[in-house]
Amino acid sequence: MATLMTERKRSALTRGRLPKYTPYVIAASSVVVAAALMALIGFHVFGWAVLSAVLFATANVVSSALVEGRRKATDKLATSLVVGAFLVALLPLVSVIWTVWVNGVPGLLTPGFLSTSMNGVTGAVDNASVKDGTPVLGGVYHALVGSILITLWATLISVPVGLLTAIYLVEYSAGNRFSKVITFLVDVMTGIPSIVAGLFAAAFFAMILGPGTKTGFVAAVALSVLMIPVVVRSSEEMLKIVPNELREAAYALGVRKWRTILKVVIPTAISGIASGVTLAIARVIGETAPLLVTAGFATTINMNVFAGWMSSLPTFIYTQIMTPTSPSNADPSTQRAWAAALLLIILVMLLNLGARLVARLFAPKTGR
Amino acid sequence: MSKRIDVSDLNVYYGDFRAVEDVNITLDAKSVTAFIGPSGCGKSTFLRTLNRMHEVIPGARVEGKVLLDGDNLYGDGVDPVTVRSQIGMVFQRPNPFPTMSIRDNVLAGVKLNNRRISRSDADELVEGSLRGANLWNEVKDRLEKPGSGLSGGQQQRLCIARAIAVSPDVILMDEPCSALDPISTLAIEDLINELKDEYTVVIVTHNMQQAARVSDKTAFFNIAGTGKPGKLIEFAETATIFNNPREKSTEDYVSGRFG
Ligand SMILES: Nc1ncnc2c1ncn2[C@@H]1O[C@H](COP(=O)(O)OP(=O)(O)O)[C@@H](O)[C@H]1O
Ligand SMILES: [Mg+2]
Repeated sequence: MATLMTERKRSALTRGRLPKYTPYVIAASSVVVAAALMALIGFHVFGWAVLSAVLFATANVVSSALVEGRRKATDKLATSLVVGAFLVALLPLVSVIWTVWVNGVPGLLTPGFLSTSMNGVTGAVDNASVKDGTPVLGGVYHALVGSILITLWATLISVPVGLLTAIYLVEYSAGNRFSKVITFLVDVMTGIPSIVAGLFAAAFFAMILGPGTKTGFVAAVALSVLMIPVVVRSSEEMLKIVPNELREAAYALGVRKWRTILKVVIPTAISGIASGVTLAIARVIGETAPLLVTAGFATTINMNVFAGWMSSLPTFIYTQIMTPTSPSNADPSTQRAWAAALLLIILVMLLNLGARLVARLFAPKTGR
Repeated sequence: MSKRIDVSDLNVYYGDFRAVEDVNITLDAKSVTAFIGPSGCGKSTFLRTLNRMHEVIPGARVEGKVLLDGDNLYGDGVDPVTVRSQIGMVFQRPNPFPTMSIRDNVLAGVKLNNRRISRSDADELVEGSLRGANLWNEVKDRLEKPGSGLSGGQQQRLCIARAIAVSPDVILMDEPCSALDPISTLAIEDLINELKDEYTVVIVTHNMQQAARVSDKTAFFNIAGTGKPGKLIEFAETATIFNNPREKSTEDYVSGRFG
């Protein structure tokens, strides 16, 4: 009969350990010490936070090194660095969103902001709203419509071109020299500054339709120059990860190659392709420079991308800030610009959420 | 329908590398032929030349003749797609289409080719093929569920159902059981025994007992060394290959004394 061994009080398998409450104690004392140090050189909230964090990390690592040994101390040092880097990366993001939110909400909530254009809103109107406190008139309806139409047309151009290119590269080229040239050019296109894309489209349409041609469609062409390489790249990656076994399974059933691509390869990859396209849209919807040189500035609603100048959210923001409607009272224009910026951020966020939704919706079904 | 295959002077290449050399063999209709041999001796490569799947790989090519009831698969103007619709294939790893339901997987050969089929014909074809693959009873209540939700053995039988749904003359199987557990393997072996009443079946296997259990004739392939082409060493009745082989290397291989 074996007797049960009782558990030893101090396990031989463990080494020196700091009590569980140590980090809290260190954190509290770091905050206090940092406050004291800051008081000596002049108090400042931001400096206080940074100093506390540095003190906390140092004390944590040093105490661990003294008691727990080298491995644990290294672990804590790495953890501190990773968390620190994360906070530094997060800082600008949170700050931007916060600033835009605070400045943008009043304008966005103004009645009519989403449903009116800037048609008839003159300097006098803005002056009146500043002097008499009447609501700020004018809105982004025309810019919103312009942004959506231009991006829609850019997508209509980019998706077929980009997807077909990706299909050629993955399914047909077999890595020949032509495909290497295309891949290289696509990489070059990815790095084109957006203003160059805009100038290209402007120059191209100036050549075929006469100088000074500015329409929504010209802007859509400029944006598709930026969008096509993104679509090619993401679709290519998605098509590549479709297992070859599925293609072979279809061939072995006597299915032609193009039907295999159309009905097996693309449906299998569609969720990735669709979310890639959505992200590409999110990427170009905030472009400003190419729109300035291709679509012009408009203050009225224009639903026709083939004729007349068109406004868009980024150019709306730009013009409201750079050339306020009332030069003497810029506040209403600034308010509209912030509201439009908030609207743009919300749109991009929705597109990103949409990309996830699309990916989930189209993903191959699993489960029993 | 079931057709015989006559192969003469077949050489198979990957670019400049000759993977299989000078194969001459006749596969009888309504019989099961097993291909055995060490890894890398070109069994899969040779099998894939029998339905022109080999040329899917870039740079791959074939010399020689493969006659399907007298028609050369590699003759002038022969469309590989036609060949593949008459000679079906089951792969080593089960590969049902992940975007399709069980029912659509069985109908894949029809639907992917946009052939029109009435609802009742489709139902009949699905049931017939799944029964033919001994899978009907297990999946009849979940035909609309995705095929990827089945177990490995069920997925492999689904792939067999998919292959027989296009009513081929020949079915090629490349190690169809190597990814499966013993019970699923038995289910598939039973199925192969039934399939030979209607089809010419060719199966590559690493499992000697399996070859002995399911095949009428067995072909032993071997390779002289890495980088050398694989060759057909001996082809005879399965009983002969296992009990009384002509060649020394065959005897060494089937008795496990391989060297
Ligand atoms: N896609 C390929 N490209 C080049 N060589 C290949 C390819 N597939 C197989 N081979 C070569 O052909 C030979 C035969 O391979 P394989 O037919 O797969 O053998 P087995 O199925 O008998 O194990 C091996 O030397 C292998 O390296
Ligand atoms: Mg093999």
